[in-house]
Order: sequence, then structure tokens, then C-alpha cells
Amino acid sequence: MSKKNTTAVKVLTQKKARKPKLAVWKFSSCDGCQLSLLDCEDELLAIAEHVDIANFPEASRMVTKGPYDISLVEGSITTPHDAERIHQVRRQSKVLITIGACATAGGIQALRNFKDVKQFIVAVYANPKFIETLNKSTPIADHVFVDFELRGCPISKHQLVEVINAYLNGRKPNTPSYAVCVECKRRGITCGLVAHGPICLGPVTQAGCDALCPSYHRGCFGCFGPKETPNTAALSTYWKTLGVKDDDLVRLFRGFNAYAEAFRKESEAHEK
Amino acid sequence: MKNFIFERAELDNLVETLKRRGFKVIGPTVRDSAIIYDELTDANDLPIGWTDEQTNGTYRLKRRDDAAVFAWTVGPQSWKKFLFPPIQKIFATHRSTKGLDFPNSKKQAPQESPPIKYAFFGVRSCELNAIAIQDKVFLGGPFIDPLYQRKRTGVFIVAINCNQAGGTCFCASMNTGPKATTGFDLALTEILSDKHHYFVVEAGTELGEDILKNVKCTKATEENLATIKNITEQTVTQMSRSLDTANLKNILYQSSEHPRWERTASLCLTCTNCTMVCPTCFCATVEDVTDLAGKQADRIRKWDSCFTLDFSYIHGGSVRTSTKARYRQWMTHKLASWVDQFGTFGCVGCGRCITWCPVGIDITEEARAIRENQP
Repeated sequence: MSKKNTTAVKVLTQKKARKPKLAVWKFSSCDGCQLSLLDCEDELLAIAEHVDIANFPEASRMVTKGPYDISLVEGSITTPHDAERIHQVRRQSKVLITIGACATAGGIQALRNFKDVKQFIVAVYANPKFIETLNKSTPIADHVFVDFELRGCPISKHQLVEVINAYLNGRKPNTPSYAVCVECKRRGITCGLVAHGPICLGPVTQAGCDALCPSYHRGCFGCFGPKETPNTAALSTYWKTLGVKDDDLVRLFRGFNAYAEAFRKESEAHEK
Repeated sequence: MKNFIFERAELDNLVETLKRRGFKVIGPTVRDSAIIYDELTDANDLPIGWTDEQTNGTYRLKRRDDAAVFAWTVGPQSWKKFLFPPIQKIFATHRSTKGLDFPNSKKQAPQESPPIKYAFFGVRSCELNAIAIQDKVFLGGPFIDPLYQRKRTGVFIVAINCNQAGGTCFCASMNTGPKATTGFDLALTEILSDKHHYFVVEAGTELGEDILKNVKCTKATEENLATIKNITEQTVTQMSRSLDTANLKNILYQSSEHPRWERTASLCLTCTNCTMVCPTCFCATVEDVTDLAGKQADRIRKWDSCFTLDFSYIHGGSVRTSTKARYRQWMTHKLASWVDQFGTFGCVGCGRCITWCPVGIDITEEARAIRENQP
């Protein structure tokens, strides 16, 4: 081995002096995605060995001050306060990774985006004047620069570990943007669309869940949002020939990723 | 030709014999609304009394009113999942003070467990052709694929001649079926009449003949062979689809800007299903997976598809961003450039891509549309 190579290896094998600091932030969300970090169980100790979990109120009251090397951001922006706070988070974060459908597409609460939010407030709250909320639930990337988006409702803990792992090792994370169908076929799951039909969003939904629902004989609900180049129109057109109604198409595309562009446009196309 | 007949009851004995000889017997079985391939405990696991109905984008498993064992065609899976598994570790490496160690390199190869000896039970003629094509891809060139070779070596093949055509089959026009002609150890034809349920078996290899010694056989008569011929002819007649291969390569090479591609692109979901179910598609990607400490890394090979964006990703972006480019690439490879590359078409007419396309795009229709509307 040449001298040069030996030095390179030394640099690679050198133990980092300081563990990267990780923070977890919550906006409008159900907490399910941050719980995926605690769900890591087997991997959690290993993660804690390599990163300093500095700010994660769901797990510990002990908070270390920023700035942070990695921030995991859960939830969407739904209030004026959120809209300000996300900028503070961004300022303290070297790398900002959004986790879950809320943070990357506005979440299920983005269903409000298709209606007048004031009417909801009047209908639900006894004293609407105390409610301060924005007209739309929007993804984090609409407000600040996002380094990486992790999809899912909730995210896959394997993908979460993979993203942290990739960050620690300075490589690209293996989180492909192709269809759920790839995962179904690799697992040898029989295609429900073809074998009993007709509803499954798999062909237009991004992989990442390892085809969880199809493995239990359920169609894909689209939790991971639109895949790369999603041809939602072709799928809808085909389903209509099988007797699926416009109302059902609207509901299908208005799930956890209702406000993700491809799904939003498709549901709007079938709205009367 | 060495042809024999044996009674239906002896089929159990054939499976048993293969197991006794140390084979892991893989065959068709009913699971999750389809006939798939998995390990057989015994012949009772076979899809006895089942059939399938297939058309563009639709597959339905149906009960038959008899006890036919192989009266169906092909399901969503193919034998490639055993020879070229969807996810496979290529190697592992770990970082030491000296650099990277490759424990699987020749010098330090650990005692590898002996490879699994597979017996494939019930391989259709189209699938034999598909296996032959993948053999060429993985073992034919100057660089052989050791992982494929390890699984492929010593596979015992029991072929089954089709006695009915499926709704999306077109093997007759691809010259790949419905009767198995080569590439098997044993080839069965199931014959079921009112009173007599039996199999005609042709031994393709000495090992095949040897295995038959454990099965109660009698010599096949001229009449038996005539029955097989009739069955094959009948199956060909049943086949409703066909793909005209005359001058196809040149037609496709000259049709890169044909308006049909744009039309198909408007329907295609780029979901990859056609390539995943295709028994000849061999594309794979590799992913490197590290442990958190960066001390251990595995290189994993996974089935990939020319319908994904990443597939054509090179520095600066993907080469085939449009669906049109991706569909054209797939079909032109199957029916034109494959011929230049491997000497055969990359399509064996099994019809899986037609059945398992969620929106029912039909490769035979696409090829016809392009052929018939030449400028």
C-alpha cells in the first residue's frame, strides 16, 4: 500500500472528536413519525452511540442548546407561530430533514386546503375568536430550505436509520423514489390490482414501506406520497372504465398526502 | 425419444423421489389469489383442480370441475426469483487498519455451505426459453455471474407441456412453445379424460431417465404420442394473441419517432410491473449498506427496472426522463436490440407483462400498431 493510501485510510478510520448533535422538532402532527425514532429499539442504542440526541422532548426533558448538526422536523405549518418558529429551527440546523407526510406534503390536515378553514373553526369551536390558524396546512419546504425529505405516514424506521446512517458515513441514502410495485414484486406479493382489483395506489405511490398494506392483502393507501413521474391520470382513467366513480377518486387521492402536487391535481380533476 | 406413461397417482412418487435425491422441489401452488412458485412439501401442494383466467390487466383464479393438476398457464412469478433472487448480497467488506477486508475473496473464503439443489417442477416451454435466455445473459459472455451460476448449476427441470392456452399467451408466434423441446430433464404432458388421468413423460437427460426408475412407468404408445400432438395443436389454436416477428427488429429500429410511443406513454404508469414479472428481464441495481460506525458494508443487488428514473441516471441527471423514452427502450430492447445483443428476442410470449400491467398495456398490440402504421 502506498503512503498516500495509508494516510487516506487513517483519515477514514479516525474517530470523530465530537458526536453530531441531533434535534427533533414537532409542528402540526400526530407525533407518530418522531415515535419511529423511539421505535428503533434495536438500533436506538447504536444511534445514541454515534449521535448526541440533544433535543428530543418526546424522549427526554434534557435539552442541549443548539446549533444542531441534524434536525428532524415533523409536522406541517398551520399557525402563524409555526411559520415563525420553523425559521428559528432552520437557523440552528446544519442539515434539516423533514420526516413524514405532514412535514413533506402538509399531512391529513391539509384537507382544509380544499375548503374554507373559517367555516370549520365556526363549526367546531365554541369561541372561534381564540383560534389563530392559517388558511392552509403547508409543508416545511414551502417555508425554509429543506436538505432532505423522508416520506411516509408514518415514516419507515428503517428509512430513518438509513438516512441517519448515510449522513454519518457521508453517503447518499438508499431511499428510492420508484413505485411501491417494485417492493411488492421483490417480495413476491401477488398484485391485488390485477388479481382481485380494482383499488391500490401502489403504481403511483413512492416505495419505502416495503409494501406493507399489499402484504396484508390491502391496496396501497398512498402514505408515501406520489412517486417520481406519477401518471395518476392514466390510473384514474383506467379505473373509471372499471366503474370507479369520480367521488371515490377524489377520496382516494385525498389521503395523508392530499396536498402533494400530483395527488392534489388528480383529486381536483375529479371534483365536481 | 424416450417416452413413457405413468398414472396420476405416481406424480406424488415423482415429487417424493426428487426429494429423496436431495432436491429442494419448487413448484406451482395456490397462494394469495394466484398460482405462484414455492417449495412443495408433496404433490398435494400442486394447484389441483384450479385454473386461471387472464386478460389485459386481469387475473382470476378459478375452480375447475375436475382434478387437473396443470390446467392453467403462468402466474405472476417466474423461476427467475430462484436463479436471480430479487435481493441478494454480493459481498461484505469491513474496514481495518490496513484498508478494506473482503472476507469473501478467494484467499479467505469461508467454508461455504453447499448450494441448494433445486428441482423445478412444472416449467412451461416459454419459461424454459426464458431460463435459456437468462443463462445466456449471466453465463454466456466473457464474464460469468458467479451468483447465478451457483444457483443454476445442477437444477433439475421437470417441464410441463401446456394443454391449454392462457388469455394472454402468445408463445406460438414467438416460437417458444407450447410444447417443450429442449432444456429439461423430464417433460410431462397431462392427459385427463373421463376415466383415465395420466401423464406422458419424455426423458431429456440420463438423470431424468434415472429418476423415472423410481416411478411406475410403461412405454408410451404411438397413440399416446398422437394425443400429445393433438393437445399441442389444440393449445396453439386456442392462443388468441400473436406477435408478428417478421422483420420486427428493423421495423422497431426505424420507428423511434413513431407517434404510437407517445400514445402508450400517456397510458403507462412507469410502475415497473411488466419488467418485474418478465422472466427474461435481468436488470439489477446495487446498493451499498453500511453500519452506523462505517466499519462494515454490504453490497446488495436488487431487481431494477428500465422504467425507473434512477435506472438511466448518470452524472447530471437521468437520460430517459419521459415515459415515452422508457417504454420505447423496454420494448425496443425486448424485440430488437436483444437480438443484436444475445441472438434471440428477449420475449418468450408468456404474456405476463400483459396480464400484470395494472392498466393492461399489451406488447403484442403495441408491436402491431407500430408495424401497421409505418410511414
